[in-house]
Amino acid sequence: MTISIEPKNQAKKNLQPKGWLRYFSFSLDHKVIGIQYLVCGFLFYLVGGTLASAIRIELASPMSDFMPRDVYNQVLTLHGTIMIFLWIVPVVNGAFGNYLIPFYVGARDMAFPRLNAVAFWLIPPSGLMLIASYFIDGAAQAGWTAYPPLSITTPQSGQIIWILSVLLLGGSSIFGGINFIATILKLRRPGLKLMQLPMYCWAMLGTSILVVLSTPVLAGTLILLSFDIVANTGFFNPVLGGNVVVYQHLFWFYSHPAVYIMVLPAFGLVSEILPIHCRKPLFGYTTMVFSIMGIVVLGLVVWAHHMFTSGTPPWMRLFFTIATAFIAVPTGIKFFNWVATMWGGRISINSAILFSCGFIINFVFGGITGVALAQVPFDIHVHDTYFVVAHFHYIVYGGSVFVIFSSIYHWFPKASGKLLNEKLGIIHFAITFIGFNLCFAPQHWLGLNGMPRRVAEYDPQFQFVNQISTLGALLMAISTIPFLINVFISIANGKKAGDNPWNALTPEWLTSSPPPIENWEGEAPLVEEPYGYGKSITK
Amino acid sequence: MTSIETSEKLKENNKKISENHEDFRIFGLITFLIADGMTFAGFFAAYLTYKAVNPLPDGAIYELELPIPTINTILLLISSATFHKAGKALSNQNNSNSQKWLLITALFGIVFLGFQIFEYFNLPFALTDNLFASTFYALTGFHGLHVTLGTLMILIISWQVRPDGGRITNLNMFPLEAVELYWHFVDGIWVILFLILYLL
Ligand SMILES: [Cu+2]
Repeated sequence: MTISIEPKNQAKKNLQPKGWLRYFSFSLDHKVIGIQYLVCGFLFYLVGGTLASAIRIELASPMSDFMPRDVYNQVLTLHGTIMIFLWIVPVVNGAFGNYLIPFYVGARDMAFPRLNAVAFWLIPPSGLMLIASYFIDGAAQAGWTAYPPLSITTPQSGQIIWILSVLLLGGSSIFGGINFIATILKLRRPGLKLMQLPMYCWAMLGTSILVVLSTPVLAGTLILLSFDIVANTGFFNPVLGGNVVVYQHLFWFYSHPAVYIMVLPAFGLVSEILPIHCRKPLFGYTTMVFSIMGIVVLGLVVWAHHMFTSGTPPWMRLFFTIATAFIAVPTGIKFFNWVATMWGGRISINSAILFSCGFIINFVFGGITGVALAQVPFDIHVHDTYFVVAHFHYIVYGGSVFVIFSSIYHWFPKASGKLLNEKLGIIHFAITFIGFNLCFAPQHWLGLNGMPRRVAEYDPQFQFVNQISTLGALLMAISTIPFLINVFISIANGKKAGDNPWNALTPEWLTSSPPPIENWEGEAPLVEEPYGYGKSITK
Repeated sequence: MTSIETSEKLKENNKKISENHEDFRIFGLITFLIADGMTFAGFFAAYLTYKAVNPLPDGAIYELELPIPTINTILLLISSATFHKAGKALSNQNNSNSQKWLLITALFGIVFLGFQIFEYFNLPFALTDNLFASTFYALTGFHGLHVTLGTLMILIISWQVRPDGGRITNLNMFPLEAVELYWHFVDGIWVILFLILYLL
């Protein structure tokens, strides 16, 4: 028999509200929680996107005329914090992880359903609190990195609310990570071996290890920072004998892995989507697994590449440059694996695969600038310029957000039972891809020519290129419209998807769409070859 | 699924969980403790870095005395042993004995906290005096919070392990095992803290 979840929850589950109301309840069903994460994250994405548009409108002219400087600082702090902690991290981990992982391991739910619901319900209040801080006494102004002494000297209430909110979101993330590790390692269907798991499980296992090891360090650091702000201690306050560089070390010990927390799950999702739409097995499964784990290990020992201008001693620069450059190896392996997966496949051109291809292109570009930034001489030159902004948006937007959209197009039929409109999907992709590259590619040039980031005003010689960038940002904003229309009309009267519209082999497609409460009517299927496409399947 | 079937399954599952002590809940707890340990690791790293690169300014006072923390270390180590006794007693179905050992463990926790507070009141420096003073209070305070939480949990399970109708029995050892694991963890952290903060 299959490993069943605690029966107590099973009984409780029957008492929970049905229909759309359950998305507003303390539901224990992993599929409901997954969708709660996705919709909640998307709403915050709209907020963060509006803030991004405000930033780009401000930067359309060299003077700070659209908003005052301190408001600009608040807007950019909120933009960064919301996009990272309320959109990408909860969606690539929480949303898709909760929806898919129990299917992939052949379980009926996550290991700790109640902890799972708690982890989700920490998010809306902390997000709303963060946004509300803007209206109370002004939001935090120190950027998403909250570097002291800036974060100590800017107005306190906004910064304290920011810390509280990030602590809660970090807690949510840790609870989620614990749940994923336990589910993947302990709740596997009998007979299912680790090396038979779909790649997203490995990605989530690696990500969750990073979450569990690094997020608590951020939490501890922020607690110390809040002491500096409210209790007048001097941990990070040089005036009181403290050490700002210690903050940077601790902060980046979390925040470099945070990049992988945002992007490793995206790697996993792409590895699920490509084989299905190319009708070929995932190329190099084993190398993929090892490169994920390699990234996890390396990802923990490269943090100081963010601190090359913080007076880091030469041996540290050398070590962190080399370690960072090494990450290009496992990442490159994955890139070639994806290309090899597509090579010679019967590729169906649809929105899901287009967004995945967009991801591959953008991500390679962001990866190359990443390797460049790891080199100390280059990094010192472009540190805190728009080159860095361009680089990480290629990773987190061009990488993770493209994959989120790809995944929505891919799994929407499973979750809703309806197909999305392909025409609108392709329009959505085209505008997003053009808008994104128009917005961020020119920023490399701006950075190389010395335009600093996080400042509302700039040298007038940069105005034209900034306006191109702003145009791109507005296109990105517009691209949301066809997507939203698509989702609403498809839910209302989209084509029926059927159980398995993509003829996929992974377990989530081997049940009805949408799936029943405990995932399968009967026993969970044993999928030993999740990527066995293009071969005659003998059952 | 009929309700009879469900209750059958429930029994079967409970049996399986009690037979198999290494169920996934303990695994999840270990993962959580690793995360918790990383918070301490961050604090320790900060403290050691300060010690390496931030000299104590002239006239600043940061001195620690050894007697109280040494007694506290011994107290916590003994309490780990008494907790272990409580677990042994429970698996031998001797609930009243288990309850006794749990209460003794809780007493050790309370005495530890008492000594800690006594030490706080007798130290020659306050929270905001200097970097090391702040770090000292942050680290011992965060650990003390863990001891407080642990003591409360021990008191709760010592009530639940009572011989007449308690929820925790030799067939449902998980709550006791979980708190025991947590308590050993808190003790272990104290030993590291004692080494780094007081002896180094
Ligand atoms: Cu980094």
